[in-house]
Amino acid sequence: MFDRDYWHEIGSSLAKNKIRTVLTAFGVFWGIFMLMIMIGSGSGLKNGVNNGMGDFATNSVFMWTRQTTIPYKGLPRNRSFYYRNDDIQALKDNIPELEILAPRLEGGGRQSGNNVIRKEKAGAFSIYGDYPEWNLIDPANIDQGRFLNQIDILQNRKVAVIGKRVLEVLFNKDENPIGQYVQINGVYFQVVGVFSPKNQNMNFGGDKEQSIHIPFTTLQKVYNYGDVVGWFAMTSKKDISVTVVEEKAKHLLKERHKVAPEDERAIGFFNLQKEFDQMTGLFAGINGLIWVVGIGTLLAGVIGISNIMLVIVKERTREIGIMRALGATPSKIMAQIIGESVFLTTLAGYTGLVIGVFIIEMIDKNLPAAATSDTMFLHPTIDFKVAVSALIILVISGVLAGLIPARRAISIKPIDALRFE
Amino acid sequence: MIKLQNINKSYHMGSNSLHVLKGIDLTVEKGEMVSIMGSSGSGKSTLLNIIGLLDSHDAGEYLLDGKVIREMSETKAAMLRNKMLGFVFQSFNLISFKNAMENVALPLYYQGVSRRKRNIIAMEYLERVGLTAWSNHLPNELSGGQKQRLAIARALIGQPKIILADEPTGALDSATSSEVMDLFGEINQSGITIMIVTHENDIAHRTQRIIKLNDGLIHTDQKNGVPRPPEKPALN
Repeated sequence: MFDRDYWHEIGSSLAKNKIRTVLTAFGVFWGIFMLMIMIGSGSGLKNGVNNGMGDFATNSVFMWTRQTTIPYKGLPRNRSFYYRNDDIQALKDNIPELEILAPRLEGGGRQSGNNVIRKEKAGAFSIYGDYPEWNLIDPANIDQGRFLNQIDILQNRKVAVIGKRVLEVLFNKDENPIGQYVQINGVYFQVVGVFSPKNQNMNFGGDKEQSIHIPFTTLQKVYNYGDVVGWFAMTSKKDISVTVVEEKAKHLLKERHKVAPEDERAIGFFNLQKEFDQMTGLFAGINGLIWVVGIGTLLAGVIGISNIMLVIVKERTREIGIMRALGATPSKIMAQIIGESVFLTTLAGYTGLVIGVFIIEMIDKNLPAAATSDTMFLHPTIDFKVAVSALIILVISGVLAGLIPARRAISIKPIDALRFE
Repeated sequence: MIKLQNINKSYHMGSNSLHVLKGIDLTVEKGEMVSIMGSSGSGKSTLLNIIGLLDSHDAGEYLLDGKVIREMSETKAAMLRNKMLGFVFQSFNLISFKNAMENVALPLYYQGVSRRKRNIIAMEYLERVGLTAWSNHLPNELSGGQKQRLAIARALIGQPKIILADEPTGALDSATSSEVMDLFGEINQSGITIMIVTHENDIAHRTQRIIKLNDGLIHTDQKNGVPRPPEKPALN
């Protein structure tokens, strides 16, 4: 069946009116081409935004205190309260779903002017009191030295891990900062590490490059915070929604701080997973739209092919009649016409696929590497699986496009086909 | 070989109905060379098309080589046409994009014979009709007589039992017509039944039997005796 004559017939049928064939094929070509370009761009956008998120733990929730809004157990409304050190152990003990707990205390921001001094240099930086666990929530690249560790916490060491920008402001280019001392709000701290953030899209009210991490306990002691905790960052265990942790933690903290259970505003929180899920949903939406538009364009092209196949079948009515008189069975005629349609569709689509992938690859090659983490477009790619499924769609749509013309060709009686002028 | 009993056929065009064949009874034996004559509209082409399985009859009985032909699927009809019948048309009906050899080989293509094998056989048949030198030419590079000889070679290649020719000389001048009739004579000598629709008396007189149709019925059916020898030697 897939004899040379079969291909010769397809070839001569399509070559009879070359301009018409090319114009028709262009519809399918453009459909697949646009689909590839859009899929590639969509993946580039997604990769860019995901890169901005870095390795930030997406299953995390953050919880801070606000004023109460409901009087409870004899306490008035509008009461301020603070988390305390013993909340840390209570959270760990009572919430089995909790994976990482990183309490944080903010020791003054950059707004208050230059708060960090080293010799004759000074700068305004955000000061965070952290537990070592923080680096699991928002992992940063440690360029030099180390991050905070458990011993720093236990011994209330006056050590600091400084951001990349802090290093640039306070130190000369060729200076080794490790072991040097910086004065933070009047107290000397020894620099033990330098970090650069992996992502800038996720921050807590300040440029992370311009922040300094010091041990949580040290910050409490040195600046007289007592046992106050600023806020908690928590993640859930694998395969458990962080919303579970959020609900349990809110319940526990309200109970411990005599906040009315129905007081929704006393505890401020931010559930990153919910935001992340929304963003994932957004990308799924964009992706869906791409396919709808792409398939729509493709469909228009395929309908064009189907139309032209109808014209070709009509032009060849007599020829088909002769073939049937000579013994061509209806299935042979159908195979011939569907083959012609599949050939045209696949050839046009494959060309679009190759050129589309090629352009996406060229964009990828010429795009600057992700030197900065705040890029919105990165590494556009077309999944091999997508390309293969596009080809399968092409072949199927080729068959569908040929089906109606093929049925038309054999619906005419051979004698009527032979008489056709 | 062919047995028709009370064959009826009408065509419907909108509300009009045209009764073309009004009860044809006809028997054609194996090896006969028959011509069908009649004025235009007498139903001679329709009769040939029904015999050729290109069209269906409404009523009556048709036996082809002992088999009852009735309401068969198009696939089965196509296979029967391919094995039993060869067609020759007035307008040649060659496939324009296939060369002479491929045109001749076409029935074998539909039988699933391999390209190599069918082209060898096609060359044999081209030789038989004297067109070996033209095997690579496209139909539009051939003269009318050559085209018809090509079509005859194509009709023969499937080794049919019957050749059906619808006005095979209608588009040819008298010299080439005579050549074509010589060829039909030779084919008939080899035992193949031939039915020719024509309106030319001298063509009809070169067959053994002349059937005249009038208004959808057989008017006369006369044996012509021994076919007239060709008036002049074949030109080939």
